[in-house]
Amino acid sequence: MVSLKDLPEEELFLAGSTACQGCPSSLALRIAFKALGKNTVLVVVASCTSVLQGSYPLSAIDLPLMNVAFATGGASASGVVAGLRALHKRGDLDEEPTVLVWAGDGGTYDIGIQSLSGAAERETNFIYVCYNNEMYSNTGTQRSGATPLGAWTTTTPGGKAQQRKDIAQIMIAHRIPYVATASLAYPLDFYQKMEKAKAMEGTKYIELMAPCPPGWKFPSSQTIEVSRLAVQSGMWLLYEHENGETRFTAATKRIIEGKVKKKPVKDYLEMQGRFKQVLSSPEGQAAEDALEQEVTESIRRLHGWVPEYI
Amino acid sequence: MKVLESGNHMVALAANAAAVEVVPAYPITPQTQIIEKVADLIADGEMDAEYIPVESEHSACAALVSASLTGIRAFSATSAHGLAYMHEMLHYAAGIRVPVVMANVNRALGPGWNIWCDHQDSISQRDTGWLQVYVASHQEAVDTVIQAFRITEDHSVLLPLMLNLDAFVLSHTYMDADIPAREEVAGFLPRYRPLWKLDPRKPVTHGSVVYPVDFSETRESMAIGQENAREVIRRAVSEFEEVFGRNHGDLIETYRLDGAKVVVVAMGSMAAESRVAVDALRDRGEDVGLLRVRFFRPFPTGELRELLAGRDRIVVLDRDFSYGNEGALYTEVKSALYRYADVPANNIILGIGGRDVTHTGIEELVLHSADGGLPEVTWGDSRISDGHLVTRDLLREFDELMDE
Amino acid sequence: MEEKEEVGYMTSVSRPVKGCAGDTGEWRVFKPVKDDEKCNKCLLCWVYCPEATISKDELQIDYQYCKGCGICAVECPTGAIVMVKEDKQ
Repeated sequence: MVSLKDLPEEELFLAGSTACQGCPSSLALRIAFKALGKNTVLVVVASCTSVLQGSYPLSAIDLPLMNVAFATGGASASGVVAGLRALHKRGDLDEEPTVLVWAGDGGTYDIGIQSLSGAAERETNFIYVCYNNEMYSNTGTQRSGATPLGAWTTTTPGGKAQQRKDIAQIMIAHRIPYVATASLAYPLDFYQKMEKAKAMEGTKYIELMAPCPPGWKFPSSQTIEVSRLAVQSGMWLLYEHENGETRFTAATKRIIEGKVKKKPVKDYLEMQGRFKQVLSSPEGQAAEDALEQEVTESIRRLHGWVPEYI
Repeated sequence: MKVLESGNHMVALAANAAAVEVVPAYPITPQTQIIEKVADLIADGEMDAEYIPVESEHSACAALVSASLTGIRAFSATSAHGLAYMHEMLHYAAGIRVPVVMANVNRALGPGWNIWCDHQDSISQRDTGWLQVYVASHQEAVDTVIQAFRITEDHSVLLPLMLNLDAFVLSHTYMDADIPAREEVAGFLPRYRPLWKLDPRKPVTHGSVVYPVDFSETRESMAIGQENAREVIRRAVSEFEEVFGRNHGDLIETYRLDGAKVVVVAMGSMAAESRVAVDALRDRGEDVGLLRVRFFRPFPTGELRELLAGRDRIVVLDRDFSYGNEGALYTEVKSALYRYADVPANNIILGIGGRDVTHTGIEELVLHSADGGLPEVTWGDSRISDGHLVTRDLLREFDELMDE
Repeated sequence: MEEKEEVGYMTSVSRPVKGCAGDTGEWRVFKPVKDDEKCNKCLLCWVYCPEATISKDELQIDYQYCKGCGICAVECPTGAIVMVKEDKQ
């Protein structure tokens, strides 16, 4: 059982970056780097992370890093993995580094889905982390395929009319060895999932919910609290899938087992300015109900059935 | 090793001789046999490279570039729509300065769907920063693949190179050529020594955000790389000749230019065909010569100025067209001569969409241009006829739908 | 083959360094102030700081880079960290 004491002290994310106050991506990078260590090659897909790392000639990330085009997360990783393998074969590289792709939901759900899917189908040996802030954050908070129903974005000013996709489920259907979801409110759960992924061969997909203070409209001090409510309300389910089995983890596990009561989705929605408009509109109740239904449907798909106390 | 093979297969064999280490692969007619041959060579244990069967050309270029950035030699191949699909990534490859080599089998872009030869695909990419060479024979294709890495990996260049060969005319026809052995090539082409790469022992960030205050310098630096390439190309070609005894020209190749009053300027297999036309015209007492442009980027401005000044006429053959203006090679030739030499010139658009270009056809057009009988820019072999004009009938039919 | 000294001006390669965006402590409006008496060394503030400004051993905040997001104050279970309006000249 790992505890915070066991997390390495070394920081590969260097303080003084261009990230916003309270940015979930910079925090997630910090924790991910502690799990993976220095023998890592990072591929950053066009996203906020391309920008929060600073600009030429300085960088906030103390790892070999390649900033790649928006659609190319999986493809760029494939090239890096092949190149490193070629170097290892000819004796120029002792231990093949871990290859980590860091992409947002835009570069994963939408424009990047092709290259992620291809890389997964080829059983490419890399870890793909999608940090999901449920919109195109870097270009100024437009909707993405991950934006939930009812959420305000600049391109859904009346609130999004459609439900979001579930890419983690799509990745399970790719039959890759490891699919997991994570939350910053459960940092040890995230850390352990990264460690687990590092030790495996094949494509490992981890999706982290990343509440964005300016995009979701909440104070920068609430990033962890919003992450927590997402899990406690079921809007973000924590699980891992390997060997054909799905296993809930952390607070989601406690909710499914009936040890802790699931909080209403409303509690989570009310923390964020992006839902204010839909909640106060005539469609508010319908949207809330639809989101609760999305939660139970996700649980049914993952668990097989929905416990009556949820 | 002497082989009788198709142009496509020869390119694959040459890439193997050049000891490429990673090949991202995506099929598209008429390039497919290049990547199929690579797969065969690897499966047979004759080639030691990582093969990435990607899911699109955009991904092929992405993987090509990222593989190269780890510090290894990478190669791929594409054509037409595949090349167009990876357009964004072509800019990316040049901007991140990786010395990758990609074969492009020149094919028309549709619609209408056309798998046959013209140069529209590569011409459309001329501003991306890639070096571009156009080969005119199987042996030249082999030798240029090997020279290509010598050129791109030079530390004063470090730009990607597109090696163009004509669809079907070169890609699918069988000729004999010599494929040098790996050991022979290794002497001429040493291992790639990257200036920058992805390595945990020396962590740096590649492809950062660059503000206006610094960006222009990255681009001027690319321009300098292209200029440096001129001398690097000449050196590579002459050293290749010393080792292997073959020379297909450097930035250009000339044929019977001595005393030529009329010079045909062309690229690719049309230029090879033009040699035959030149011989026939010379036999008829016409003083015609050929200037074959091999490298379109960097453009051989100096060579054209030196060799075309003082001629009576230039006839530029284009297997492409820049809609709204004229053939691209023509524009570039005129631009090279602007204010330097005032030579009358004609632009003949030929062979679009794989229409067969024959030496007799070229002969007639050259003679026709000489007697002043051609407009400055002319579609040499295209004849729009009433049979092509369906518009009015169709309009009537669709109008009738509206009335119903 | 003789190698030239100059290899072209530059490409977009950057070096990792602390403070790549300058002294980001200047972004702050509120400053986290820690009461060491109340601190139980749970390490939550250390793990939750998005900017890596809190040291693991002493749990000291690096004010040169701390952006004042307030997460450490909200997450501290003993209330040892309080956000105080900063008096800037």
